[in-house]
Amino acid sequence: MKSKRQKGNFHQILAPLLFLLPNMFIFLVFIIVPAFQGLRMSLMDWGVFTDPVFIGFRNFAELLQDSVFWVTFVNTIVFSVSVVGLMVVSSLILALLLKRNTLTGERVFRAVFYIPSLLSMIAVGIAWRFILGDEMGVMNYLMRSMGGPGVPWLTSGRLAMMSVIFVSVWAGSGYYMVIFISGLQAIPTELYEAARIDGSSSWNTFWLITIPLLKSTLLVVVVLGTIASFKAYELIFAMTKGGPGYATKFIVQQVYQVAFMEDRMGYASAMSIILMLLIGFFTALQFAFSGKDQSYE
Amino acid sequence: MNKQYPFKLILQYIIILLLAAATLFPVFWVAISSFKPQSELFRFPMSFLPDEWTLENYQNALSQGNFLLYFSNTVFVAVVATLITVMINIMSGYALAKYRFPGRNIIFYAMIATLMIPLQVIMISIFLQLKRLGMLNSLWGIIIPPAATPTGIFLARQYMVNLPDSMIESARLDGGKEFTIFWRIIIPLSKPIIATIAIFSFMWRWNDYLWPLIVITDNRKQTVQQALANFVGQLQINWSNLLAMTTISIIPVILVFLTFQRFFMTGITSGSVKG
Repeated sequence: MKSKRQKGNFHQILAPLLFLLPNMFIFLVFIIVPAFQGLRMSLMDWGVFTDPVFIGFRNFAELLQDSVFWVTFVNTIVFSVSVVGLMVVSSLILALLLKRNTLTGERVFRAVFYIPSLLSMIAVGIAWRFILGDEMGVMNYLMRSMGGPGVPWLTSGRLAMMSVIFVSVWAGSGYYMVIFISGLQAIPTELYEAARIDGSSSWNTFWLITIPLLKSTLLVVVVLGTIASFKAYELIFAMTKGGPGYATKFIVQQVYQVAFMEDRMGYASAMSIILMLLIGFFTALQFAFSGKDQSYE
Repeated sequence: MNKQYPFKLILQYIIILLLAAATLFPVFWVAISSFKPQSELFRFPMSFLPDEWTLENYQNALSQGNFLLYFSNTVFVAVVATLITVMINIMSGYALAKYRFPGRNIIFYAMIATLMIPLQVIMISIFLQLKRLGMLNSLWGIIIPPAATPTGIFLARQYMVNLPDSMIESARLDGGKEFTIFWRIIIPLSKPIIATIAIFSFMWRWNDYLWPLIVITDNRKQTVQQALANFVGQLQINWSNLLAMTTISIIPVILVFLTFQRFFMTGITSGSVKG
């Protein structure tokens, strides 16, 4: 016969642990262990056919000299900063246009702008590659039929980078629009009315009321957008395969190639560590910047 | 206020309509072009609508290669993974919301913190781990490892914190077993959040490319996204077939979205979900 106390202990300790068990097991086996394994591998010479050898920080030393890696490093940062910056602007504009709940057709428009977020990045890449193709894409067809020259959207280095940035913004804006709308709707309307009575222009109202009160939403959008953009791989693969040359090649693609095609898993792990530090650095930076004066309540 | 500034309102509508057109055009262009016969696809001058509508590209896409097999692989992965994801994340959310036990907060934050370690950063060691466990080239290798999602746990916990304790207490007094209480009382009360997690899980699984890329090399185990990527990766792209395949691949997610639209907005705003 169980005493009441024992039964209470079971309720409060064993039962929740059993409920948590499947998730904890998966996190342990498929995230935590691999994360430490990755750290260890970055310090080893690790190929598929050779025995792993501990080599200290030599992978990282080699990385410093690896010009291809640094190209992908710079590309990744350029891409991420541009995408996040443009996406904040575009999704905020969409949210400002569609935040009222009173506009006719507003819900339909919100759904329309959300549609690109439903598509896989591979499908998005295919669609835009079809549109931006040099000879046969509809974009160049329209430009030529208006008398202009065709533009090498995906086959000239700088333009290819701009194209993948633009398409990423196109694909992600609707998602962040939804977050911004809920942030905007949380701002008390009395503040806007007070500003109107005081004769504040809508430009001033935007900068002095909307933006300061939207800070925590902005932080969420910037952090999520940054992490997502550092992970980008599929879209670029479908659109440019990283080319022309290395023009749109990012760290993730380089890691995949070095690890799985060149069989240098230790070296590629060192690259992954750099990528993780980069994500951590940018996220911390954003928190640090937004940490000050959030004193609205 | 709108009546005072009809000009401003009209201007806003024009901007919205232009942006909406720019948003929808690529999707429509792919879908419409998939109904053009091959001879019309790159014909000059181009026409927006096909002169002659045809299903030829769909017939080719479905009959050549293994596209139907990839489709059924993807359905299997998306459905089974979603069932598992919902079940284990709801269980975790419940444990973290309704029990008091030592280490509860640490476990919660540790689980959320795994967000900071995306697959892209650990894909090499994940690959080796799956190899060690014999899960490479198995659909279970795609299904199980990403089934526990921090955002799913977060959403479930946030929702369940607000469920009344009194119901659980009285069920306990009536001698209900812990799992029975969870199954009979908590699950029925949590339908909205279950739906939200399920929908996002399904969408993410359907669209995911990187997990299948790492786990699957066997041609017969591939998913739709892998098939699309292989197709677009070729030197000579067969656009007619590819556009038909892409359109087919998009239909399920659009249907899910149109059916469950309201869950999307709550899901994003209450947790900013992926998976």
